[in-house]
Amino acid sequence: MNFWQILIDGFAISSLYALGATGFTLIFGVSGVLNLSHGAIMVAAAVAAWALAGLLQAGPYAAAIGGIAFGMVLTLATYFVAVRPIQRSPRVAEAEKEIFILTATLLWGIIISETIAYFFTNNAKTVLPIVEGVVTVAGVRTPANEYFTAGICWLAIGALWVLVNKTRHGKAVLAASMNPRGVTLLGIELSRIHLAVWLIYGLLASVAGILLGMFLGVSSYSVGPLTASAFSIVVLGGLGSVSGSLIAAYVVGYLETATAYLVSPAYRTIPALLLLVAVMYLRPQGLFGRR
Amino acid sequence: MRHSLRLRPSVLASACLAALLPAFALAADPIKIGVIAEAQAVAGSSIAPAAQLAADEINAKGGIDGRKVEIVVYDNHSSAAESVRAFQRAVNEDKVNAVIASYISEVVLALEPWAARLKTVMITPGAASDVITQNIAKDYEHNKYTFHGYLTSSALAGLVCDAAKDLLVTGQKVKTGIIVSEDAAWTTPLDAGYEQCLPKAGIKVLDHIRFSPDTTDFTPIFNKIEGQKPDVMITGISHVGTQPTVQWKSQQVPIAMFGISSQATNSTFWKDTNGATEGVLYQAVSGPGVAVTAKTLPFVDAYVKKYGNNPSYAGYTAYDEVYIIADAVHRAGSTNSDKLVEAMEKTDYTGTIGRVAFKPRGDPNVHGLRTGAGYITGLMLQWQDGKQVNVWPKNLAVGKMKFPAFVKLPAS
Repeated sequence: MNFWQILIDGFAISSLYALGATGFTLIFGVSGVLNLSHGAIMVAAAVAAWALAGLLQAGPYAAAIGGIAFGMVLTLATYFVAVRPIQRSPRVAEAEKEIFILTATLLWGIIISETIAYFFTNNAKTVLPIVEGVVTVAGVRTPANEYFTAGICWLAIGALWVLVNKTRHGKAVLAASMNPRGVTLLGIELSRIHLAVWLIYGLLASVAGILLGMFLGVSSYSVGPLTASAFSIVVLGGLGSVSGSLIAAYVVGYLETATAYLVSPAYRTIPALLLLVAVMYLRPQGLFGRR
Repeated sequence: MRHSLRLRPSVLASACLAALLPAFALAADPIKIGVIAEAQAVAGSSIAPAAQLAADEINAKGGIDGRKVEIVVYDNHSSAAESVRAFQRAVNEDKVNAVIASYISEVVLALEPWAARLKTVMITPGAASDVITQNIAKDYEHNKYTFHGYLTSSALAGLVCDAAKDLLVTGQKVKTGIIVSEDAAWTTPLDAGYEQCLPKAGIKVLDHIRFSPDTTDFTPIFNKIEGQKPDVMITGISHVGTQPTVQWKSQQVPIAMFGISSQATNSTFWKDTNGATEGVLYQAVSGPGVAVTAKTLPFVDAYVKKYGNNPSYAGYTAYDEVYIIADAVHRAGSTNSDKLVEAMEKTDYTGTIGRVAFKPRGDPNVHGLRTGAGYITGLMLQWQDGKQVNVWPKNLAVGKMKFPAFVKLPAS
């Protein structure tokens, strides 16, 4: 009973982590940006979907689409307000740009999170689930929405894989992550690739946020932990390695679920953090790092 | 940018002048009440608006002995450290005469020594830990400035057990239960109270689960509970609310939730949970549509009219507390803290939550509210079709208990 429970619950939560972390690692891989407003964007998309459902009496689909649209607009705003001005600024030394962007995205995330708390309080909000009811598999009663969540996550990740590996534009993105200078020499505009990657990221983060909102509910309190978990998954998997992040997401998701069931829900996050410390110590580039 | 920065001091100065002018225009000094609360938390966000509403009403009738009541609000961001700074500022700089503070026990416990040190009357509209009043009992002379304007956890446990006996044991043949509470200062005495009074009410306690308030996924907890097959879950939740409620519904956990669920007291809870709160039972001192006293419904109407939503439980108490403080100032004929304490102790005031009187010196919960017949009895409300319906006690009930189809009770 416990085994199946851990298997099913762990899969749903790991898939969500994977989706959340994929976009995060993609941006780092292509443009070297560690986006610390990640959790805030996820939460904002979910809260937008929740608010749309309430304000406009929109159904779950319309609310989800509205939330995704809002999340993507917010992502673009993040790029144009917090990231791009620093990347292009002649007054910030090249070597310091990374830390400037890190700080800028952190502050941007705090602004978003405080704004959400101001208008919607700190109380967790839940997004209208698209699928209702429960499914019983191997004696484990699971909300149907949990299976739906896992399915959507894999669809999104699969679509991203096809895009990056099978299409011309996608290959340009891949090339930009490996050798940005080379891509520029081939006549491809790097800034357009960056913009495309931020848009893809916005889509992935918003979908992940909304699914999480359906599954567990989100509040401005979730902002920090969400950024931190994406960050640790990405570091564990190897910065910039998409496949590394995917595997790390499952390692972390299952470790957390198993701990919650077998030890105590109160200690849920501790083993994953210990693992992160161990990996940092023994293999600083992460499990699948490129260096 | 730089220009506007240079302009700022002069702008500030004129703003200050503008703010000060009405004060000079007043005939007498206002009675200043500081309100330290959690503007961004559901339970805390009603505190300051409710206090302001009471002050406006008092002022509209000419104030207290010709003195207006002025509310000074401090947002503590749910932090004890910020609350202490706010308290110091309220007393030392803003010269408040009394303070209404917070629904969080940890915050009130942090402020209690400051109320003593700065000799300023403080009353809480929503914290529940028994330690607050126990501290007063231990060192009365020092801590007498603190008043507990809401029920203590042990009193709450007693009221939940009273309701459980009538509604669950007699009505639904419930025999077993599991206590489920968040790990916080207010739940330690609550759980101890539950452990004591549930067996007396006829419910055998099978287990006692305390979980961290930052728990997001309640699946393992519900699974563990379900494995033990209790008839009911007796809750002690306040900092969490949405997540366990939503997961209870989405996983269709077949066990009823009954007890304290502070977030469920707020009218927005239905929307926050997309209706997952259907069937959840919670203890409260007041509720929408329940005429606990003649003052309850007019207060709720006025609050809804002014702020557009229903007050949380701490809104009712905060509203009453402004009147209680004002009444004490009137009877004391002064805002001197020691005289105010004496007058507060003699409070006998019928507010929105019932007849308010404080327990006397010598009681282990001195300055706590008197409960039971004739004083405060509490209610048990249930979320039904988007509304909070009172189902207990009988003389105040406006509906009968009903549960969503997935909940199974022995008698059903």
